[in-house]
Amino acid sequence: MINLGKRVGKQTIKLDSKPKIISAYSVVGPKEGEGPLSDYFDLILQDDLNGQKSYEKAESSILYNAITECLKRAKLKESDINYLLAGDLLNQISSSNFAARDLDIPFIGLYGACSTMTESLGLGALLMEGGFANYIVAATSSHFSSAERQFRFPLEYGSQRHPTAHWTVTGAGAMLLGKQGNFPYITYVTTGKVKDYGITDVNNMGASMAPAAIDTIKQHFEDTGRKPQDYNLIATGDLGKYGKDITLKLLKEYGYDIEKIYIDCGDEIYGTNQETNAGGSGCGCSAVVDCGYIYKNIMSGKFKRVLILSTGALLSTTSSLQGETIPGIAHAVSIEFGE
Amino acid sequence: MDYLMAFIVGGVICAIGQVLMDKTSLTPARIVVSFVTIGVILGAFNIYGAIVKIGGAGATVPITGFGYSLAKATIKEVNSGGLLGAFTGGIKGTAGGIGAAILFGYIMAVIFNPKTKG
Amino acid sequence: MNMEGNEKKIKDKFHKVTDESSPKSKLLKNCICAFIVGGIICDIGQFFNNYLIGIGVSRDDTSSWVTIIMIFIGALLTGIGVYDKIANFAGAGTVVPITGFANSIVSPAIEFKKEGYILGVGAKMFTIAGPVLVYGIGSSIIVGVIYYFVSR
Repeated sequence: MINLGKRVGKQTIKLDSKPKIISAYSVVGPKEGEGPLSDYFDLILQDDLNGQKSYEKAESSILYNAITECLKRAKLKESDINYLLAGDLLNQISSSNFAARDLDIPFIGLYGACSTMTESLGLGALLMEGGFANYIVAATSSHFSSAERQFRFPLEYGSQRHPTAHWTVTGAGAMLLGKQGNFPYITYVTTGKVKDYGITDVNNMGASMAPAAIDTIKQHFEDTGRKPQDYNLIATGDLGKYGKDITLKLLKEYGYDIEKIYIDCGDEIYGTNQETNAGGSGCGCSAVVDCGYIYKNIMSGKFKRVLILSTGALLSTTSSLQGETIPGIAHAVSIEFGE
Repeated sequence: MDYLMAFIVGGVICAIGQVLMDKTSLTPARIVVSFVTIGVILGAFNIYGAIVKIGGAGATVPITGFGYSLAKATIKEVNSGGLLGAFTGGIKGTAGGIGAAILFGYIMAVIFNPKTKG
Repeated sequence: MNMEGNEKKIKDKFHKVTDESSPKSKLLKNCICAFIVGGIICDIGQFFNNYLIGIGVSRDDTSSWVTIIMIFIGALLTGIGVYDKIANFAGAGTVVPITGFANSIVSPAIEFKKEGYILGVGAKMFTIAGPVLVYGIGSSIIVGVIYYFVSR
């Protein structure tokens, strides 16, 4: 008998089968390994090239690493997995394509910029709910150097970083969804819409993504009838120090005060002494914090009900040069355990 | 004394660039392009020559000085070679810098690899 | 893009809140750092200038040699990975001098070595510095043409 969840409100699906996150694995680079969340990451690289010849190859290899270790933890083989949902920041999502090349799993590539973690997780949960899979892996990665090369400047270029600039996280995270077992489970998936409130400054990513985060959180509450006090934690992906502030203020305008339970992965992943200005960003940012800090704390019982939202800025390397503003998107997934 | 003037003049030109970087939405690349063009124009009107007399290397080392060299060399070449000098003068006068940039750029790329930041 | 009245209100507030949440720029500190580092780089140029004139090199040749030497210094500091560290606090103090021009050529050359010497190093070398040459040389040609006709 297939449990078909139902659509609630405008953008949310309530899941009846409650897909379980049966394992999670996070890999990070050296800089992230020196940050305040270092104890929660599964693997900290000493060399951010991971023994590879280029940064793109390195990023692909850490994504591959995260996925295979995630499967090992659940004692499953690649042939057991029905879908791999993955994406990254690079052109043509090449990191994910080349990682998937070495994996024996049917692959769906996704581009959501930095929102890919919850985008893939949410989509995976819907596929599970429909009864179309027994096991699904949702994964994503980013790498500081490959992102700089593509979006900004060569590594040795002498530029001064803006106070609102983010630092792309070098990291990969993978979550494995299954049907059974005593594991954290997904109850709601709220899919976000693209929101663009007219930010043109490519150095102010936090502000450009905040409208999408605000809209998705507000819509999630409206659709589910839940309130901030129903959650122990709400974690956005990479709004950073300044985007977080904007989000808090404007959500209050909608009547939702999430201040007591709200963190932003980009704001948490680096310490104040690491000179990362606004904080971390990249697909890997929310991925490693969700797969590391948040997942482990849900398993241990510290958090019982969590809403995670990865946030993405949907600009391209040419759109800003053509005078376009920066649109953002955010997808929400509600995870619960122990109730 | 010339060291002091070079320090001051060069420092002021850089500080102007810093104000533009922080207060406007101009990227460093656009600022450098503006500076080199301003250097050409001020050089053509002989204004930059006066700044060079005061500041020495403080005026020639910044990218505005590169523009000044371009203008100065072009005018010299037009004086001696007519209209053709307009096209050949600038590149002729800055050929050393351009050649050096290409050669050293290539050599450094052969020898060195980019290092990860932070 | 369809928007309810409520969202429109939020959107109008958004820019105000964004400005309030923005960090204050450290303009004075940045200008001082730019001034000092820029001044030092120019003094290095002045040193070579004085040395070459002292050993009898002509004014024009000295000017070219100093440019070449400063470009070499910028290129070398970029290659060994030091220039970007100085640039982080010096800002315009490293962007404006001709050493910054060298840095903007050497950094993509090094970076894109992975894509080969012809289509990587060769093609990408002038991605950042190209506009400087286009606008600098271009405007000098225009100046030359105008000068030719004006001075006839």
